Amino acid sequence: MDRLKLIPLIVLSALLVFIINADAGAQEEAPADTAEIVKPAPPQNVRVVDNPNDNGHYLLIRWDPSPDEGKGDNDVMGYNIYRSDKPDGEYRQMGTMPVGFYEYEDGSEEEVLAGEKNLEYMEIGETYYYKLTSVTPQDVESEFTEPVSGVPTADWFHAGKLSYFIALFLYISLVLYFIKAAKSGQKLYIRPLGGIEAIDNAIGRATEMGRPILFVLGTGTASDIATIAGYTILGRVARKTAEYQIPVLVPVNEPVMMSVAQETVRNAYIEAGRPDLYDEKNIPYVTAMQFPYVAAVNGIMIREKTATNFYMGLFHAEALLLAETGATTGAIQISGTDQPSQLPFFIAATDFTLIGEELYAASAYLSGQPLLLGPLKAQDYAKALLIVIMVIGLITMTIGWSFWYDLFSTNIT
Amino acid sequence: MRRQVPLAITFIVGWTLIIAVFIPHPPFGQLGENFTTYFDIIAVFAFILGGGNLIRVHGNKVYKKRQDWPYSIVTILGFVVVLIAGLFKIGNPDGLSGDLTQPGSLFQDLYTYIFAPLQATMFSLLAFFVASASYRAFRAKNKEATVLLVAAFIILLGRTPIGGYLTFWLPESLSFFHIPNLAYWIMTIPNLAGQRAILIGISLGVIAMSLRLILGIERSYLGGEGERS
Repeated sequence: MDRLKLIPLIVLSALLVFIINADAGAQEEAPADTAEIVKPAPPQNVRVVDNPNDNGHYLLIRWDPSPDEGKGDNDVMGYNIYRSDKPDGEYRQMGTMPVGFYEYEDGSEEEVLAGEKNLEYMEIGETYYYKLTSVTPQDVESEFTEPVSGVPTADWFHAGKLSYFIALFLYISLVLYFIKAAKSGQKLYIRPLGGIEAIDNAIGRATEMGRPILFVLGTGTASDIATIAGYTILGRVARKTAEYQIPVLVPVNEPVMMSVAQETVRNAYIEAGRPDLYDEKNIPYVTAMQFPYVAAVNGIMIREKTATNFYMGLFHAEALLLAETGATTGAIQISGTDQPSQLPFFIAATDFTLIGEELYAASAYLSGQPLLLGPLKAQDYAKALLIVIMVIGLITMTIGWSFWYDLFSTNIT
Repeated sequence: MRRQVPLAITFIVGWTLIIAVFIPHPPFGQLGENFTTYFDIIAVFAFILGGGNLIRVHGNKVYKKRQDWPYSIVTILGFVVVLIAGLFKIGNPDGLSGDLTQPGSLFQDLYTYIFAPLQATMFSLLAFFVASASYRAFRAKNKEATVLLVAAFIILLGRTPIGGYLTFWLPESLSFFHIPNLAYWIMTIPNLAGQRAILIGISLGVIAMSLRLILGIERSYLGGEGERS
């Protein structure tokens, strides 16, 4: 009976204990819900400087890390960069940089992008204001820093290209000096090139065989320097073919190139006194596509049985396809390109190859005129100078002196 | 006068663009890019010239029934069909406003099912031509050709599994002579040095050539013989 009386007492006590514990638990959890969010400290020492060596549409924003970087709960994950055109105006977020990067390049030279106003655009000479904040991994942002201003300005000289400028100035002076020396009648010796000497023989061979000459200007564009070098050689070859009265076929892969090639050959025929022999159909536009162009030119080689093939210009993968087909037809072949990757193919498949700079020199060699030989002489001296510079660099770097290397290093970014 | 105008334009534009490389300030900083755009605009008009020339040359060949004239019919047909398919966007799911290369359009189908396989066929011929050219070039006719032959043979072996198997037994102290290592050395030291030497020569040549054109002493592309008038 006594036991039965005790049961309600035990239940009551258990309930009381449960209620007290539940209340205590609630009291323990409460601080987590109502805890005050602690903002990290903003970055320090914000500076805005003009981006050097640019066209005046960029600023560099630099800062020191927030004191909270790498510290517990307020650890900083990155920095937000805000820009406004007034110190107290509306600030727009321009970017975010992660911890470890304390510089941001802001700006754009494009006023309109995809038909809309580009908000990153920066006007030359305008003042722009910046505020920065720190951000935690929980996306808690610090207070803004005080506004700091900067003015983007355009530079009149790219200081990072100073060594280029000096080298170019010296080289141009050397070229002009030798042109002047050539004009004054000074004899300039230049080493003979096998490929150049073979050009006259190759034209003579075609004349004897009574077959046409094929001249391929490559698959570059009309404005590539190798193609321009090709025009100059074409002009001289065309003049000789006009004198010997044999046709020169120039299938081209670009309409602009076609116009220039037609003009070059027409003028050469006029110079040779045989404008009546000029036929525009011998300089056709074939196609702008690489491999269809190869198919067309190879077809011409096989059908017309060309006696001599010239490949002078910018070539890509089609170099070997053309040269090998020419080799199988038995034509004498002279090639020249400034593409180092295609040179081995030309060397393997053609009779003579003008390697790189020799392509540019060919026109001067063919004319034999002193004025044109001047720059060639300057090239040789420049190469000798470069060899000396490189040998000194090799020795100084080997023994651990970097002053020579630093003297020629550039910053063109 | 006919020559003086292009020479004057070349002189002014050439020097301006050289100077512009070192001046980021507007308008110089953008000049190079702007002139490329002008060239592209002129090139678009030149394509009309190119198309006209193609039709004229091949039309003439068909009309006069010259050698292999039926191939010219194929060329003209190909030109006209692709031109119409592209201009009128035939079969394009989005109609005339659709993208030219939209899948399902006749233009894209012509490219995918006719042009691309034909182009791949031409490109694949390269493998055979490399073999025949190598055969001729690698015959040890003289000292240079012998060096070429030996270097090519080492690289060929070094780039295939057999090169590794042949010399795997070499001790660590002789690892330089392990064929893949030797092939790597040839490619990165003598080959690269040679390529850089060629590139330096090309760079100097480009500047000298450009100066000859800018100064007007090289004018054979205008039909002259290079003398100052």
